[in-house]
Amino acid sequence: MILVGELSLWVAILMAAWTTTVSWAGGYQRRPDLVFSGERAMYATFAFTVLASIGLWYAIFTHDFSVKFVASYTSMNLPSVYLFSSFWAGQAGSMLFWTLILAMYGAVAVFANRSRLRNMMPWVTGTMGLITLFFLLTTAFGANPFERLDWVPADGRGMNPQLQNPGMAIHPPMLYFGYVATAVPFAFAIGALVTRQLDGEWLAAVRRWSLLSWFFLTIGIVLGMWWAYVELGWSGYWAWDPVENSSLLPWLSGTAFLHSIMIQEKRGMLRKWNVTLVVLTFLLSILGTFITRSGVIESVHAFAQSSVGSWFLGFLIAATILTAILVSTRLKDMEAKAELESMVSREAAFLYNNLVLVGIAFTTLWGTLFPILSEWVQGEKITVGQPFFNSVNTPLGLLLLALTGIGPLIAWRRASTANLRRQFLMPVTMGVLAVVVLLLLGMRHFYALVFYGLAGFVATTITQEFVKGIGARRRMYQEGLAMAGVRLVARNRRRYGGYVVHFGIVVMFAAFAGLYFKKDYVAVELKTGDTYAAVDPWGDTWTFTSEGMSTYNTLNRRVVAISLKTTRNGQPMGTMLAEKRQHFDATGATTFEPSTEVAIKELAGQDVYVFFSGLADAETAVMNFHFNPLVIWVWIGGFIMAFGGVIVMWPQAERRERGYVAELSPQHEGALVGAGA
Amino acid sequence: MKARSKFLIGGLLVLGTSGVLMASSVKETAQYFLTPTELAAKIQDSPRFQKVGVKIGAAVVNGTIERAADGRSVTFQMTDSTTTYKVHYKGVIPDTFTEGVSVVVEGRLNNEGTFEATTLLAKCASRYENEPERYPQSPSYPSGTKPGA
Repeated sequence: MILVGELSLWVAILMAAWTTTVSWAGGYQRRPDLVFSGERAMYATFAFTVLASIGLWYAIFTHDFSVKFVASYTSMNLPSVYLFSSFWAGQAGSMLFWTLILAMYGAVAVFANRSRLRNMMPWVTGTMGLITLFFLLTTAFGANPFERLDWVPADGRGMNPQLQNPGMAIHPPMLYFGYVATAVPFAFAIGALVTRQLDGEWLAAVRRWSLLSWFFLTIGIVLGMWWAYVELGWSGYWAWDPVENSSLLPWLSGTAFLHSIMIQEKRGMLRKWNVTLVVLTFLLSILGTFITRSGVIESVHAFAQSSVGSWFLGFLIAATILTAILVSTRLKDMEAKAELESMVSREAAFLYNNLVLVGIAFTTLWGTLFPILSEWVQGEKITVGQPFFNSVNTPLGLLLLALTGIGPLIAWRRASTANLRRQFLMPVTMGVLAVVVLLLLGMRHFYALVFYGLAGFVATTITQEFVKGIGARRRMYQEGLAMAGVRLVARNRRRYGGYVVHFGIVVMFAAFAGLYFKKDYVAVELKTGDTYAAVDPWGDTWTFTSEGMSTYNTLNRRVVAISLKTTRNGQPMGTMLAEKRQHFDATGATTFEPSTEVAIKELAGQDVYVFFSGLADAETAVMNFHFNPLVIWVWIGGFIMAFGGVIVMWPQAERRERGYVAELSPQHEGALVGAGA
Repeated sequence: MKARSKFLIGGLLVLGTSGVLMASSVKETAQYFLTPTELAAKIQDSPRFQKVGVKIGAAVVNGTIERAADGRSVTFQMTDSTTTYKVHYKGVIPDTFTEGVSVVVEGRLNNEGTFEATTLLAKCASRYENEPERYPQSPSYPSGTKPGA
C-alpha cells in the first residue's frame, strides 16, 4: 500500500506535467481536444495525489516505522486523532498535504468551470497544473515523505506534546486551505491577462476563490492565536513572529482585494491594481511558506536549514518575474473606465482601506525581513522587536477601524453634506459618548480610548444599517422583526454578511485594546494550604488557595497537577487545575522535556490565566498569575468574522443591473434602504 | 484640485507618518542578532560592546542543561561549533527548551563571561528535524550501535 502511495506520487508528477503542457498548447493552438485532455489530466493528478496521501496515512496508522516520517513524528501510543494529524506534523508530510489540497482545488476549479469561461480555462488549468507540478517535484525531491530508514526502530519518536492539542491539529489544515486557495485566483489572473478578458465573469470566479481563501486564513490565524495563548504559557496570543506575520500578509492583501474588487464591479476602476493584488496575495502565500520552511529567518517556529527553501525561492523569483512581464504587456487592456470624483466618497474610502491594509502589510514585511535586509546592506543581522510592529501598526489599524465605519455608509462618487449628516450623525455621537463614558469611569489610556470610541462609532454604523434595512422591509412587506432580519440578510448576503464580518472586527479590536490593562503576577510561591491574593484590572480581589498537588498517569503522559481553590471578592469561583506533563513512549522512557498545561478561567471581562512554573521544593509550587482582560472576545470576534464569511459566500441568485455594473453587485443603492445618496 | 491628487496627498501623509514611525521604532527596538563567534569578535574589537544588549542564535550543548527545581531559572551552554558561552537565564522556561534545540537568547555578557539572558526562545522542536540517532533502538540490534554509523 505504501509502495502504491510512493509510486502514485511519481505518476501524479507525470499527470501534472501533462496537464500543464497540453492545456497551454490547447489554449495557444485553440484545440478543444487538447484542452479537454488537460482537464482530464488535472483530475488524474488529483486522484494520484490522493492515492499518495492514502499511502502515507496507511504507513502512519499501521505504525510502519521503516518510513522515516512515521518514525520521526509518531509513536505506538499516540492517540488516533493525532496519528491523523501527524500527516502535517513534519516538513515532508506537510508538503504532501499542501500538494493534496492544491490538486483538489485544481480539480474543483476545472470542474466548476467545465462549461464556462472556455476561452480562459486552458490557461487557468495550465497554470494550476504548473503550480501543482512545482509542489509535487519539491515534495518528491526535496522532502519525500516516503523516505525509508536503513533499519526499523522499535517505536517512533512520538509527537511533540505541544502539537497534541486540538487547536494545533486543525490550525495547519485551515491555514493551508487558505494559503493554497490563493493559487486559483492567481491562475485566473494569468488566464484573464493572457486572453485579455479582465471583466465580468473573471471577477466573479476570482471573487469566490478569494473569499474562500480569506475565510480559511481567518480561521487558521485565529486558531493559531488561540493555540499560542493556551499552549505556550506566556499569556499572549500574537508576538509578531515571522511565521505569524507570514500568515497575516496574504490575509491583508486578500482583504484589500475583496474590497477593491467592489470598486471594479461598480465603477470599472482599479483594474490594474486588482490584478496586482491577486498576484501579490499568491506570491505572499508562497513567501510565507518559504519563510516557514527554509529557516532563513530566525523564529520560534522556524526550523533547521532545509533544501526546500531554495526551491521556493526559485519559484518565487520566477513567478514574480514572469507575472510582471505578462502584466506589463497588458497594461493598455486595464485602463480605468472612470475616475475618482471626490475624496468624500465610497471609492475614496475603499482606496484608503486598501492603502492602509497594504501599509500594514508593508510594515509587517519590512520588520520581518529586516534581519536579512540589514545583513545584505550592513553585513550584520539586526532584528526589530515587537514594539516596532505595535507602534506602527496600531495607528494604521485604528485608521482601518474608522474606515470600516465610514466605507459602507458613505455614498458612491460624491457624498453630499446632507448624506454625510444623515448617515454619520448617530454613529459619531455614539462614538464620542463611548469615550465620554469611559473617561467618566476613569479610563485614561489614550489608545484604549481611541479604540473604544471608534468601536462605538463602527458598531453604531452597522446597527444603523440593520435598523434601516429591517425597518424598510417591515414597511414594504409587513414582516415581523425576526423574519425581516433573516430575510434582509438572506436577500443581500454580500452586504449584510460583510457587515457581520465588520462587526467581528469591531469585537476583536475591542478585545485587543483590553491588553492595555493586563496585570501579571509572576514567580509566586505557594505551599499546600497557602493563599495568594491579587487584584485584577477591574479592581476585584482574587484569592488562590493551593489544595495540594497530585501525580497520576494517563494515556501517554505522567501528570503533576496543582489544584487551586479560587474566590473573587470572597465569592467562590471554582477550582483551577494547572499541570506539568511528562510524555513517555511505549517502553516507558521519557520523550521530550516536561510540558505545561495552563489553567484558564474564561470570564466575559477577563481570563484568569495560571501557569505552573515548577517546584521550589516538594511542597512548594511556583506559579505565574495573569489577568488578561477581554480575551474571550478575540475568539468570539473571530467566530463572528468566520460566520459573516459564510453568509457572504453562501451562493445567491445573481442580479443584473443597468449600465456598466457587472453581475453580483449588491442591491442598487437606496432602493431597499429608502434613504438614497 | 482633482480628487485623485487629493487622494495621493492624503495617501502620502498616511504613508509618510507610517514611515516616520517605522524609522523611529527601528531605532528603538533594533538589536544585533549574532552568533557566539560574532559576539566574541565584536567584543574583541571594542570591549565596550559587552554592555550592549544583543540577541544570540545558537545551539544548546548536549548535557549542559541544569534547571533550577522551581522552574524559574536555568543554566546551559550554547555554541555555534566554534565559540561556546555559558548562559544563565531567569524567567519562564519554554516547554520546547530541551536537549539539542537551537535557541535565541537576549541579554548581555557579564564580567565573568557568562551570558545573562533576559529572554529565551527555543525553536519549536522536532517539527522539521530528522535525527535517526534518537530513535529507540530495536531489540534486534546490539545496543549503542546504529547501522551504517
